[in-house]
Amino acid sequence: MSFLTYLLSGVSLGSIYALIALGYTMVYGISRMLNFAHGDVIMIGAFTLWTAASPSFFPGNPGLPTAVSILISILVCTLLGVLIEKIAYKPLRNASSLAVLITAIGVSYFLQNIALLIFGSDAKAFNSVVSFPGLEIGGMKISAETIVTITVGVLIMVGLSLFIKFSKQGKAMLAVSEDKGAAQLMGINVNSTISLTFAIGSALAAVAGILYCSVFPQVSPYTGAMPGIKAFVAAVFGGIGSIPGAMVGGILLGIIENLSKAYISTEMVDAIVFAVLILVLLVKPTGIMGKKMTEKV
Amino acid sequence: MKNGKKILAAALSLVMGLSLCACNNGGSGSDKNELIIGGIGPMTGPTAQYGNGVMNAAQLAVEEINAAGGVNGMTLKFIPQDDENVSEKAENAYNSLKDSGAKLIIGTVTSTPCKAISPLTKNDNMFMLTPSGSAVECVQFDNAFRICFSDPNQGIAAAQYIKNNNVASKIGVIYDSSDVYSSGIYEKFRTEAASLGLEIVSSQAFTSDSNKDFSVQLQQIKSAGADLIFLPIYYQEAALILTQAHNAGLETKFFGCDGLDGVIKQLGNDAAYAEGVMLLTAYTSDSKEEKSAAFTKAYSEKYNDSNPNQFAADAYDAVYTIKVALEKADVKDASISASELCDLLKKAMTEIEVDGVTGHMVWDESGEPTKDPKAMQIVDGAYTALD
Amino acid sequence: MKKTLSASTKSNLITYAMLAVIFAVVQLLSVTGNLSSLVSGLLVPICMYIILAVSLNLTVGILGDLSLGHAGFMCVGAYSSAIFSMLTKDVISADLLRYVLALLVGGAFAAIFGILIGIPVLRLKGDYLAIVTLAFGEIIKVIVNNMYIAKDIHGVHFAMLTSISDMGLDEGSKEVILNGPQGISGTPQTKSFVIAFVLVVITVAVILNLINSRTGRAIMSIRDNRIAAESVGINVTKYKLMAFSVSAFFAGVAGVIYSHNTYALQATTKNFGYDMSILILVLVVLGGIGSIKGSILSSIILISLPEILRDFQKYRMLIYAILLIVMMIVNNNPVTKAFFKKIFGSLKRLLPKKKAAEKSSEVTQ
Repeated sequence: MSFLTYLLSGVSLGSIYALIALGYTMVYGISRMLNFAHGDVIMIGAFTLWTAASPSFFPGNPGLPTAVSILISILVCTLLGVLIEKIAYKPLRNASSLAVLITAIGVSYFLQNIALLIFGSDAKAFNSVVSFPGLEIGGMKISAETIVTITVGVLIMVGLSLFIKFSKQGKAMLAVSEDKGAAQLMGINVNSTISLTFAIGSALAAVAGILYCSVFPQVSPYTGAMPGIKAFVAAVFGGIGSIPGAMVGGILLGIIENLSKAYISTEMVDAIVFAVLILVLLVKPTGIMGKKMTEKV
Repeated sequence: MKNGKKILAAALSLVMGLSLCACNNGGSGSDKNELIIGGIGPMTGPTAQYGNGVMNAAQLAVEEINAAGGVNGMTLKFIPQDDENVSEKAENAYNSLKDSGAKLIIGTVTSTPCKAISPLTKNDNMFMLTPSGSAVECVQFDNAFRICFSDPNQGIAAAQYIKNNNVASKIGVIYDSSDVYSSGIYEKFRTEAASLGLEIVSSQAFTSDSNKDFSVQLQQIKSAGADLIFLPIYYQEAALILTQAHNAGLETKFFGCDGLDGVIKQLGNDAAYAEGVMLLTAYTSDSKEEKSAAFTKAYSEKYNDSNPNQFAADAYDAVYTIKVALEKADVKDASISASELCDLLKKAMTEIEVDGVTGHMVWDESGEPTKDPKAMQIVDGAYTALD
Repeated sequence: MKKTLSASTKSNLITYAMLAVIFAVVQLLSVTGNLSSLVSGLLVPICMYIILAVSLNLTVGILGDLSLGHAGFMCVGAYSSAIFSMLTKDVISADLLRYVLALLVGGAFAAIFGILIGIPVLRLKGDYLAIVTLAFGEIIKVIVNNMYIAKDIHGVHFAMLTSISDMGLDEGSKEVILNGPQGISGTPQTKSFVIAFVLVVITVAVILNLINSRTGRAIMSIRDNRIAAESVGINVTKYKLMAFSVSAFFAGVAGVIYSHNTYALQATTKNFGYDMSILILVLVVLGGIGSIKGSILSSIILISLPEILRDFQKYRMLIYAILLIVMMIVNNNPVTKAFFKKIFGSLKRLLPKKKAAEKSSEVTQ
């Protein structure tokens, strides 16, 4: 009984990691860069919604309806993602991947500190966007946020996979991820394809941010840092670059985390999660669902 | 790559030039009889809200004092410096304040940096008054005093209150093992509870790296059958715990320390979850007591509607304590050396009494304040005194 | 330039000359009393960051493996040496001797961890290697945060996942050494710039010598083409482990400097977690991957930058972030590179002809 409860709470935690990891893995899969600023885009998404929906921000305004606020948040993050890519990453297209990684860290610091200046350091109370009640099955409660998170996660996973497989832009993305030079020769506009990748990835970050802050109802300039790292781990777990892998990796991470909290130690939980990650990678060096790359000589 | 080197070299010479400029503007302000007070605390990073509360409130107090004519003919100047809640940065912040001519320090806000700079201030004989560094070692040297309760005191007081008022008999605890404040209170609470015959049925730790999801901890406390959960933690995590406890259908009482102040606001629309929560604290932001209310109002007006937290209240008291101590020691000339000032203030601190927003305080040579925490309960969305 | 000096020797000499100049300038300023408290307090930390950056450069630049766990080795060095110093502070009365021993203890422990972690990890490549080293760093941090060590008349006690009061210590003679997440308080302090600087010189000398040796060339051949290196009979595992453990050793030494420079040692994300590992990586990448000189310069700049920006108060970290992005772009972008080349070119033309003439004669050769 209690085992099932822990399992269930692990799945709800994991579904949030999965949602964040989807955006992470998508950007990595196409542009081959670890976007360390992804977590902070999540934070901006949550803050945008908080601003749009909060009555206190514009005096006399009751706050915009939830649906409109969500749209605004997605829009802002999409634009932000494209802007970041244009300003910070595009000039480094031909530099080493490490240089881009460091720039991403710079962007992450930038977003955190700009949010700190605008919104201040206090954690703001965030009101959940989910307003219907949860389910109760056999004495176990499933919160409405969990149901929404899992549904949205699965929808995004299926949607992204179909988009990449069947749409023209999606195929272009695949081509760019395989070989930028060859893709260009085939008439694919590499720059706009990568821009599109960042636009989609950042829109997903907005959705993830809104749901993350609905489940853990507060937002501060540093809200994105920890989920960013956790989602990175989840994405690697599942095989970074693989879209279904992010989903599986995220949920597994949540389950492992909660089971080790329950049965081993709440203090050692991060060590246990990382130890499992190392074991998985040693047995299967490209993650659970990652593609095996053959080595060229 | 060669060009990269040149750019680096250019940047380096710029940095060196700047650092040379930086050391020339030290010791200014002597012509205006202006006493410089340095403040150290986290102003960026995840603990920034504590540091910013302190810096804002200290600035407010300094402005009030100056507007009322200063202290013994001296005006005060407050310079805040960021330590990011890192020991190493706190040392830099302290050194930087020395360069700007600070004669005494309010800080640091958090315990670990406070421990780290205490030997440095001792070495310079620089007076140090920490508003909120609650670990025992923060005031281990004779030049350091504090405004807040020490961690052990809070733990003991909480256990005694629960026992004396028969609040509960089976207690569960959720605490942050990576935080000095939280684990310090928990440690003493546990030993005191044991000697008073209170039963702790389940202690659950969390760390700052996993401080969002408490479902497992709550579930375990639920199965252990606790009728009260003791929360020696800060209000952000407490707000999450209260929400998740509500969602999991837990019907226990909650009891916390001064870190819990602010939990109502943090819950936003779900403020009802905080109903019935008890806490021992010296100050609450919606206190009706005259002094506290005036401070809360002034703070909100100056810093666009934000409520001061416990840290801010401590810092506000710290500045006024310094004012009283300066008057007692009869310091009139701001050009006094930091070390001389420290000797005068050390003596004055043990002789003064301060009625601050966090209560009535007196100090002894150990640097610990003597003051009484008040028991509060959240009733109808407001903190209400229990006694 | 004399033909007898090889390019690498010349470059090494420039590195040493640079260090000598830095040392001379700092000493001169300090003797004449022109060093502010802030700068003199920064000297030892900067030395520590130089050692961290130079040693990580061995893994990232020379071996070509991305490691995000460097702070983990630093953590091992810091804690093992601090525990050593705490235990022996009554036994060994000579501060310098105890510090030197602490350096060896810290370095050795870190190197052992380097080997232990290196054996499984070095099978992986690229981003996967990065995440596994990050994971190891975090594991070390969590374990250290759950260790308790105390001393009483019965000897030294060690426990995991408990608390000091549960260890059954003799109350009268109890002396807490490591108190779990609250860390170590009161490590004997050695805040000497001269010692820290000597350690920088030793680190740079050892690593430069390693790079220019037969071993170094073997390591670089693995970086450039592992399969080709293997096929000419280079023992890949051996050389990889060697580079990894030397790098870990010096990270440990840096950890010793850290723990003996701070009175309150605590393992947090900021000082021993991924934040620190990433910061060290930033130093290496900004200075130029594989360039020891660059690592030294970038450590000095990036560590003093946020301190010099203190006057900007709350805009400090924002400015720092912007400068970081700008430096990366300027340093790596072909357009800006050409732009700077132009500026430096015209500057050079304005300078006395001698250097320019030398340059042009080089070109004509």
